[in-house]
Amino acid sequence: MNSSAPGRQLSSVERVALKRESRRNILLCTPAMIVLFFAASGPLLVMLVYSFLTPGDYGGVVYKLSSDGWFRVFFHQDIFDETVSVASAHLSIFWRSIKLSLLTTIAALILGFPTAYFIATRPVKSRNFWLFLVTIPFWTNLLIRTFAIMELIRNRGLVNNVLMKFGVIEQPIQMLYTDFAIMLGMTYVYLPLMILPLYASMEKLDFRLIEAGYDLYANRFRVLRKVIIPLVKPGIVAGSILVFIPSLGAFVTPRVLGGGKNMMLGNLIELQFGQGRNWPLGAALSISLLLIVMVAMLLYVKNMQKNKGEQN
Amino acid sequence: MGSTVATSVIDVSKTFGQDKDQVTALDRVSVDIRENEFFTLLGPSGCGKTTLLRLIAGFEHPSGGKILLHGEEISHLPPFKRPVNTVFQSYALFPHITVSENIGFGLSMQDKPANEIKETVAAMLKLVQMESLADRRTDQISGGQQQRVALARALAPHPKVLLLDEPLSALDYKLRKEMQIELKTLQHETGITFIFVTHDQEEALTMSDRVAVMNQGRILQVGTPKEIYDHPAERFVADFIGDTNFLAADLNQSDNGRMMVTLPGGRTVETTQSDFPGAGKVNITIRPEQASLINGPSAADLSGTINNVVYSGNDTHVHVMLESDEPFVVRVQNRGAQSAQWESGQAVGIKLEPGSVQVLQD
Repeated sequence: MNSSAPGRQLSSVERVALKRESRRNILLCTPAMIVLFFAASGPLLVMLVYSFLTPGDYGGVVYKLSSDGWFRVFFHQDIFDETVSVASAHLSIFWRSIKLSLLTTIAALILGFPTAYFIATRPVKSRNFWLFLVTIPFWTNLLIRTFAIMELIRNRGLVNNVLMKFGVIEQPIQMLYTDFAIMLGMTYVYLPLMILPLYASMEKLDFRLIEAGYDLYANRFRVLRKVIIPLVKPGIVAGSILVFIPSLGAFVTPRVLGGGKNMMLGNLIELQFGQGRNWPLGAALSISLLLIVMVAMLLYVKNMQKNKGEQN
Repeated sequence: MGSTVATSVIDVSKTFGQDKDQVTALDRVSVDIRENEFFTLLGPSGCGKTTLLRLIAGFEHPSGGKILLHGEEISHLPPFKRPVNTVFQSYALFPHITVSENIGFGLSMQDKPANEIKETVAAMLKLVQMESLADRRTDQISGGQQQRVALARALAPHPKVLLLDEPLSALDYKLRKEMQIELKTLQHETGITFIFVTHDQEEALTMSDRVAVMNQGRILQVGTPKEIYDHPAERFVADFIGDTNFLAADLNQSDNGRMMVTLPGGRTVETTQSDFPGAGKVNITIRPEQASLINGPSAADLSGTINNVVYSGNDTHVHVMLESDEPFVVRVQNRGAQSAQWESGQAVGIKLEPGSVQVLQD
């Protein structure tokens, strides 16, 4: 057997060296761990505690234990006759958030995949230029970019004006303040987060494998399905997570492009901390959002492990 | 062995780039590769041998000329429509599937029935002795094993022509020797035409039925290994294959119609060659093992002074500076004390074996 083959046994010296190195690497990431702990776990803990307290009259919380916040996430109690009904408004917002985030992820994947492939197949020198173009939108504030989209798609906006001028349509199409507008905005905002990890895994792709696929009677579509997609799967996964999760909690984009009617979870939560003056409900909604993300990730990891099991 | 043509390359050119940056990789190349033949494209890197292979595989399309497979033109077909498979230099095994799935890939892309795929894969695994590793991932096996899988994967769809792009170059010396024999045997057993690309002249000579020597986008000479070694047509071929000596000489027709070569120093030897560049000044080549050293100039064809003696195990290379100021190397077998008697500074004569003088075309 070839001694330089992958998968060979490590010698004891190498093992000790590896162990020592990994110990040192743990030390290197300690500062980041501390920051993450206080910046992420701390606020989360506060949220968890707040969700079980009583709302104060002018916002804030009163330190008195109550399950009212969590109760209101799912149920609605009439102010006058105190009848309890399912909080259908909340549930529909949950559903809309998940639906729009999924659609946004799919749209970003469909748009991002060919873009990343294009960049990865450019000569090495010009790839950085294309990546640079992808990152340009980050230079401007999110709010300004979102208002720019609003300017484009409103009833008297550029798109409608041009379409009417050329007689394609007679009446302006209502695009602003629809789910479509939210999806368009989110896809635009989060597309780079899909392209970059996709590019990272495509760049590592051995293009001779694609030639091998063609050589073995796979046409373009089958090479894509049987060779390229399985090999860049880590990038697809990373990109999808990076787009799906922030979409789920998006707040500026649905606010500006969705108007008051088409709320998403982020807006609902913001409402409770602002005008609603119900911090425990807001906190409970936030924790619910977190739970949705965790369940989605869990399902996903399970699925990955199952796939891996099939492969081995 | 049939002599029908498997692949015809007719007047094929390939250029890359445009205008000023244009590079000619192949310059009007024509060659016929016969059925059931182990055919080798031999040449230094950048000579166009890999480009020619990629044109036959379909990864590139010719800028001019055409390529026939069993008489049918395939130049315009994409690679997945050509009954031709490739063993890649880097093997290019799919890392996300197992050894068996790699071998069955071509068949499943041809939509063959599952049981047929299973049978062929099993037969291929047996052929390359990889049965025990069938369910391994390709990154869990050694280089030599990867090589075997790559071979089995390319042979499984039973292509009309198998293309091999320097498949042994990544292996260490011993394994390479083993694989050379295995490849040759495999070619015999399967009866598939092999087109093999290499820059290793020794590999080409040991394995091939016929060799095409390439340089700078052209095929210089096509022939059996023996023809190429014994009768190189051009200086490049003689130089690229094995060690050799070059001398300037005169070519004349004698009174009785025989072709005579006048060596530096005045001695004449007959040549039995039939392809001549024409009488007058010519270049000749003489292999170092087809000359021997003798004491004194009396019976010698060439004479000079030894300026270096290099011991290399099997034999000793004696470097002689001829009186015409041209270097000449003689290879002396290390048997008994034969080589020990030669040392630097000694004046010697060189005797040539009959038929050892080869007149070059250029």
